[in-house]
Amino acid sequence: MSSSPIADQKPSTTDATTSERKEDINNAVIRLAGNSQDGIQTIGGLLARLAGRSAQEVMTYMTIPSTISGGASIFQVRIGSGEVLSPGDDADFLIAFYQDSYENHISTLREDGVCLYDTDHVEPDLTDSRVTFVGVPMTSTTIEAIGGSARDRGKNIFVLGLLTNLFDLQREKLVHIIETQFKNKHESVLRNAMLAFDAGYAYQLGDIFNRSYEFHPGEADSEERITTDGNTALTYGLLAAGVRYGAGYPITPWSSIMEQLRSELPKYGGIFVQSEDELAAISTAIGCAYSGHLAVTGSSGPGLSLKMEALGYASMAELPLIVINVQRGGPSTGLPTSVEQSDLMQAIYGSHGDTPRVILAPKDVEDCYYIAIEAARIAREFSTPVVILTDQALSSRIEAFAEPDLSGVVTPELDIEPRDEDFKPYPFDAQTNHAPPGTKMSGGKYPVVTGLEHDEWGHPSSNPEIHQKMTDRRRDKLKRLATSLPSPEIHGAEEGEVLLIGWGSTWGPIREAVNAARGNGQGVSAIHLRHIHPMPEGIDKIMEGFNRFLVIEMNDEGMYGYGQLATLLRARYANPKIQSLTKCDGIGFKIREIIAAIEKSGN
Amino acid sequence: MSTAAPAEPEKLTKKALISDHPTWCPACGDFAVLAAFFKVLEKLQIPHEKICTVAGIGCASRFPYFVNSHGLHYIHGRVLPLAMGISLSRPDLHVFAFGGDGDGFSIGGNHLEHCARKNPNLTYIIMDNFVYGLTKKQTSPTSPLGFKSKTDPGGAIDQPVNPMKKLISSSASFIARTHAAQVKHMMEMFERAIKHPGFSVVEVLSECVIFYKGAFDDGNPRKGGEFELIEEKAWDDTPEDDARHDVTSEADAYAIADIQYPGKFGVFYQNERPSKNTLEQQGIDASREKCAGADARDLLKKRFALMK
Repeated sequence: MSSSPIADQKPSTTDATTSERKEDINNAVIRLAGNSQDGIQTIGGLLARLAGRSAQEVMTYMTIPSTISGGASIFQVRIGSGEVLSPGDDADFLIAFYQDSYENHISTLREDGVCLYDTDHVEPDLTDSRVTFVGVPMTSTTIEAIGGSARDRGKNIFVLGLLTNLFDLQREKLVHIIETQFKNKHESVLRNAMLAFDAGYAYQLGDIFNRSYEFHPGEADSEERITTDGNTALTYGLLAAGVRYGAGYPITPWSSIMEQLRSELPKYGGIFVQSEDELAAISTAIGCAYSGHLAVTGSSGPGLSLKMEALGYASMAELPLIVINVQRGGPSTGLPTSVEQSDLMQAIYGSHGDTPRVILAPKDVEDCYYIAIEAARIAREFSTPVVILTDQALSSRIEAFAEPDLSGVVTPELDIEPRDEDFKPYPFDAQTNHAPPGTKMSGGKYPVVTGLEHDEWGHPSSNPEIHQKMTDRRRDKLKRLATSLPSPEIHGAEEGEVLLIGWGSTWGPIREAVNAARGNGQGVSAIHLRHIHPMPEGIDKIMEGFNRFLVIEMNDEGMYGYGQLATLLRARYANPKIQSLTKCDGIGFKIREIIAAIEKSGN
Repeated sequence: MSTAAPAEPEKLTKKALISDHPTWCPACGDFAVLAAFFKVLEKLQIPHEKICTVAGIGCASRFPYFVNSHGLHYIHGRVLPLAMGISLSRPDLHVFAFGGDGDGFSIGGNHLEHCARKNPNLTYIIMDNFVYGLTKKQTSPTSPLGFKSKTDPGGAIDQPVNPMKKLISSSASFIARTHAAQVKHMMEMFERAIKHPGFSVVEVLSECVIFYKGAFDDGNPRKGGEFELIEEKAWDDTPEDDARHDVTSEADAYAIADIQYPGKFGVFYQNERPSKNTLEQQGIDASREKCAGADARDLLKKRFALMK
């Protein structure tokens, strides 16, 4: 797939008889740059939903300043009819609302790209012959269209109208989406939005810009696709998995999951508690888990650190619990609205003592839904805490994907059937089996679940032999899990020069880089780990087909030159050919960065 | 549904509730608390399997091991949010949380405030001995000024917490204070606490005979002290009643809480506002009614339709 599809199909500008001609394009990257109160996310979101409905592939990327109001904000939307795997290295179109939006983002526009700017606020350097400038008085035209108000709210919708015309988007569908979006607002809001939209749609670019575009029709069946962000997908995955109880404390970028759970769970007969802090949140969730319900808590990196002591308790007591960590830039308060994958070691090894637990990571928005179901399955079956490591990029990014099949929806059951006289919650030779409160104990002895080391019956014991056997037991049950996990799928050929290894939200860019490298005849393939701890078996078998390995992740190379997953893989396979590509700039990988690293890794 | 008549539930006896022999030091005040707790459970005949005892860390927090009931021994200071999770997700249970002054007022102080404010249906019994016992005599949040400990060899300098005032200001809906040497009074307080719908707290002055011997003698008539009871209003329109304590008045409760040590014993405050359990259930009922009994699959289907 070409990264500059428009440039490849540039119409002949010498054809003076054609005042406007539609270019057939595969995909386009549109970057909207303004301030956070301009409603840039609204246009981006509407475009994404339209694309999802029109059988186009779509992926978005946005930054919101971590200020309450104001500050620069961007929303990048990539729409295409092929496989859209990343938000795009460079923009084909830049829509600049202000002078600083123009100045800060003009460098992200590819050569031959188009800069649409608001002539009321932006004075571009028109001598820059790299790009095509198209000036539109966005602010004043919007004010004029809405009628008299000096406020410029609505220029986002004006721009949406402009783009609808420029890209020949399906106007009726979009109008319907706008109407749905504003249906709960005052009627004047919808009226003004439609006035702004129509003004944008009718705006004649003809004199200054005689191009317009049309996307290849998509192939997916649009009736069966949904368009949403990662946090929402994860929320509904939890609901589908039968999770009915949980607790949390607000922190960016986790909050939207707890907000949705708080309002959705009562419909399912469940409860989500807003706790006073992170320690209380995980404790309330553990209380629900002890009571016989699979429960959820979550946070971002700083909150996961606070939950660590209690998470260790869940490992020791062997309680089923899902802990979501929407990773952001760290350490400390770090970069609250930027992406990073630097909590891997914390997720696996945080907390005191040896605390085996399961770590899963979704690869894209759709996978956020399925990883929640997988986490619930593992937590229940192995009676263990499971950490889901998602990240800021996945949390807010919008993608379109096939509507989930609901045949696997889990109806949770509370097991308080009476237990036999010989009941043992922690048998050495079988799976953990708790008797939640409310269970009648036929032998008359009731269990006390404890964080002290304990024997098979759960009685506290500091016997050296028991501590060793129980440590083995807690570890071995997750080793059993590992043997039941599928080996990662190989993208590309089974043999080649370089195998890329990734985890989490780098899936898209890595896959796109593999496609590009293979297109150039390079022997590059990739595997992606969804089950990070324990790792599935068979990775070493896959590695046998390649000469070197490049582990790609968004964290620091540390003292010894390797990222967090690379360190683990080197420890596990003791293979010196495992190399590491890391970065910590708060922005996802660009395809060209990966390609460059593949080339460098051979030297 | 089974047509057979339900079997007569077994009578709950103290014998059935006794578990491991407590590992507390001989003569520890907590023994009396345990005995009183057994007697109240026996009196109230709560179904055995519905009793759930939980605790954090400390001497008093060993409690669940000494009660033969479903139980959980948790981490230091976090027992209340844990107990809230149990209570909210299992309203069929009777949840009892136990702890000491360190667990409740120091490391868990923030949770006490918020649990009180949220008002989940559970009973919290604090065995306050004014000292850290398990770690062998450090100053506790309720140690009086001048108390000599391993962390304050020259005497405690930090103002102690006033548990009653802290609880009143946090909007706890049932607040009582008793003394481990006054078993009958203790049982009465426990019974009233258990019957209170919402978050009920009983502070029991429970002596640590090893590290703070004689701490509560001033409240014990057998040791020459005075056990002064709170006289609650009878609402009988008599002139004497005017002077009696109104348990629904925060101002009255503060006034008693301000009385110098050993102060008064009894119910300081009680307010039957709806528990969090009730309020959450109302939210569930309203939501369920709005969805007209839709099941999980219907609800998800409907939500996905909006994402198309």
